[in-house]
Amino acid sequence: MTALIIDILLWGSLIGVSVIAWRQDKAVLGTALRNGGMDFINIVPRIALGVIGSGFIAAIIPSEVIVGGLGPDTGWLGVATAVVAGAATPGGPVVGFSIGAVALKSGGGTPQVVAYVVAWALFAFQRVILWEIPFMPARFVWFRCAVSVPFPFLAAAIVMVIGKP
Amino acid sequence: MSKLPKTEPPNDEEGAETVSRSKRKPFGWSTFIIAALVAISAALVWRRDGLDGVWTILSHDVSLFGEIMPRVLAGCLLGGLLAAVLPHDKVSRSLGPESGLKGLLIGTAFGAILPGGPFTAYPVASALLAVGADFGATIAMVVSWTLIGYGRAVAWEMPIMGADFTLWRIVISLPMPILAGALGRFVYVRVRNRFKL
Repeated sequence: MTALIIDILLWGSLIGVSVIAWRQDKAVLGTALRNGGMDFINIVPRIALGVIGSGFIAAIIPSEVIVGGLGPDTGWLGVATAVVAGAATPGGPVVGFSIGAVALKSGGGTPQVVAYVVAWALFAFQRVILWEIPFMPARFVWFRCAVSVPFPFLAAAIVMVIGKP
Repeated sequence: MSKLPKTEPPNDEEGAETVSRSKRKPFGWSTFIIAALVAISAALVWRRDGLDGVWTILSHDVSLFGEIMPRVLAGCLLGGLLAAVLPHDKVSRSLGPESGLKGLLIGTAFGAILPGGPFTAYPVASALLAVGADFGATIAMVVSWTLIGYGRAVAWEMPIMGADFTLWRIVISLPMPILAGALGRFVYVRVRNRFKL
């Protein structure tokens, strides 16, 4: 159901922008679609590798090691561990969130788990390498990742102040 | 892409450079690292679970790949169209280096409402950069998409982490796209020459 709504929004936006381009200039529409199509062709091998390969990576990562590092008494060292673990977690959203959920259920510290989830969202290496760099200028991507580093720590600090949900 | 009118001031190298999109290679060193990681992981799965284990994972992932392919195509086309349709001068004004807090807020709002996953967020962000948005506003957009965008939250985070955790995590994250964009701008003007950004 969610996937259907996302598809409708996505293709709806695409049709909407196509109509705008077509009304502006028909040649623009052709060129833009060709550029987008070329991007697609260039990106498919990497996406194939990432999507088809991530299941294998997810199957062998030692998630219990990550979960063990996120205990409630680990303090800021635990938060730092969580940030590194979030960046290093391979695989898609199922892997990242499942590790977070297991950590939370098995008594992990909330600031550490939040830092883990936020770090994973901001700069999980597999998403950066397989999605962000192919689409965007590499210097932008590295700069964005560097600038994002303080934010998992900030999230953990906010949690330490305001407490659990 | 190189035919875009260059309306940015001469000292702003950002737009001019990002316009060249043809440099991308399908395979580079980073892809090679992932490929090696996948190969090692597949070998370990094969040793542990045998051929059946490898086959189960492979068939699941191939069907997932088939499912998202049309969305990747839609995202790429959307990025290409936006780069062509968005008016360069207006984007530079509302999302450029001089756009101030308003530019960061627009970037944040745009990232939060953008439909789809990485297959839309990155092509669209790349299109914005190409038509005159600065690093700060684009960072706000990407960070907003990943931290407060509803796509991944609804599809993955809520079912796995629970609604309470997800909503609470999003509330905590609300200021972050703007802060990240502001930090990006602050740092960018200071290091752009040193690191040839």
